[in-house]
Amino acid sequence: MVDEKILLAILMTTSIGAVAGYLGTLMLSKRMSLVGGPLGHLTLPGITIALLYGFDVSIGAFIMLTLAIILIWLFEKRTKLPLETLTAIVFTSSVAVAFLYLPDEEVEQALIGDISQLTLITTTLSVLLSIAVFFLVKKIYKKMVFITFSEDIAKSEKINIDKYNLIYLIAVALVIGLGIRIVGSLLTAAIVAIPAATSRNLSINLKQYAYGGAIAGGLAGLLGIVIFQHFSISAGPAVIISSTGLFLFSTVFKRT
Amino acid sequence: MENNHLALRVKNLTVELNNQKIIEDLSFEVKKGETLVVLGPNGAGKTTLLRALLGIIPYKGEVIWSVKNTSYLPPNELMQRKEILPLTVEDFYSLKEIGKEKIFQSLKSVGLEESLFKKRIANLSTGQFQRLGIAWSLVDNPDTLLFDEPTSGIDIGGTETIYSLLHEFWEKQKLTIILVTHDLSVVWEHADNVICLNKTGLCYGTPSVALTTENLKQLYGVGVKYYKHKRDG
Repeated sequence: MVDEKILLAILMTTSIGAVAGYLGTLMLSKRMSLVGGPLGHLTLPGITIALLYGFDVSIGAFIMLTLAIILIWLFEKRTKLPLETLTAIVFTSSVAVAFLYLPDEEVEQALIGDISQLTLITTTLSVLLSIAVFFLVKKIYKKMVFITFSEDIAKSEKINIDKYNLIYLIAVALVIGLGIRIVGSLLTAAIVAIPAATSRNLSINLKQYAYGGAIAGGLAGLLGIVIFQHFSISAGPAVIISSTGLFLFSTVFKRT
Repeated sequence: MENNHLALRVKNLTVELNNQKIIEDLSFEVKKGETLVVLGPNGAGKTTLLRALLGIIPYKGEVIWSVKNTSYLPPNELMQRKEILPLTVEDFYSLKEIGKEKIFQSLKSVGLEESLFKKRIANLSTGQFQRLGIAWSLVDNPDTLLFDEPTSGIDIGGTETIYSLLHEFWEKQKLTIILVTHDLSVVWEHADNVICLNKTGLCYGTPSVALTTENLKQLYGVGVKYYKHKRDG
């Protein structure tokens, strides 16, 4: 029984870690790695409601992310304040509101994730959704690189920037929503930022960089569960520590 | 457009950004195969003009293109961003979905070695990167090239190379070129027509007609030496 749980955990963390690492390479090039943090925190009220009413935390996270993005968009229209300021207001308020209702015994699960309640269905759905997001990101990858490299040239080449940015942001929201399953709302920035940085150190071309992010993320997921099993460390932090280990390794073997 | 020899007609173009008029009531035409130089001091609205012509930013007035395939190259912007991703020369071309054979031809056309194919663009010298930029912008055979300050930050030798390459392509491909610069010598050497821009169009026409001492004084303020190339003397 324990082995089956571990197998499910490996499947889930590896697939979510891989897609997060893959998307993370785009986020790194757009200097958006840290965005994973506030977005993760934004999900906290959704996770709280999910835990209180017994439904899946990712569903709670997705609902909260959608609401928060609409709220930020409305505030921006109304106030013209910078997006980062409004994001800071909404995400800190979200954390504060969540802690008003979050039961003490659920705090750890909400903040750093919990894989002990995995079922075959939730794992299968997570893996399938990760694969779908992977192919979605793969489809827009080259165009997003072009847009990142020069938005003006991309526009002059008639690339529909708004469309690609929207798909990219949807992918970010989906990955954060999936990521909180393994690392909770506190550590989501790490699953997109660290594998991408590792890959950046070791890659010499775009293909290696993109797929290197997926490999580093997936490997961190796998190693994290192995550490979780052998050393009784929570899975979320174990995944991040594994990822950090891979990053440190990459700094030694950095290629230019 | 009734004149099929025209590549572009601009009528009463006004661009306003953040409630500030950057370009006001500018009108001009560019013939097919012409090299038009947009001349003006820093902050005159030269880059804004190119961005408006390409439809990247909103504007009032008319911008009518009668050529389909335009290519835009802001080399400085590319230079600043060449390290944000581990792009090889091959990757750089793949953004335009260009195949290997065409890449080799393109590199050759600007005097770059095929062996640079797998090299990271961040590791190219400034001169190599400038050449690559030109080759890359022309690889899908545009009719018109919009080129923004191609030589700022490059030494005299590099500048010469860039302009002679551009001139070569202009002759070979019958390109229409719209070139932004504040380098007066480029105007005398390469321009068919010139626009002096400082928010509004202060002069427009062939260099010998448009670039009078009076117009240059108005464009740059007092103290600008009038330099006329011997070709036009």
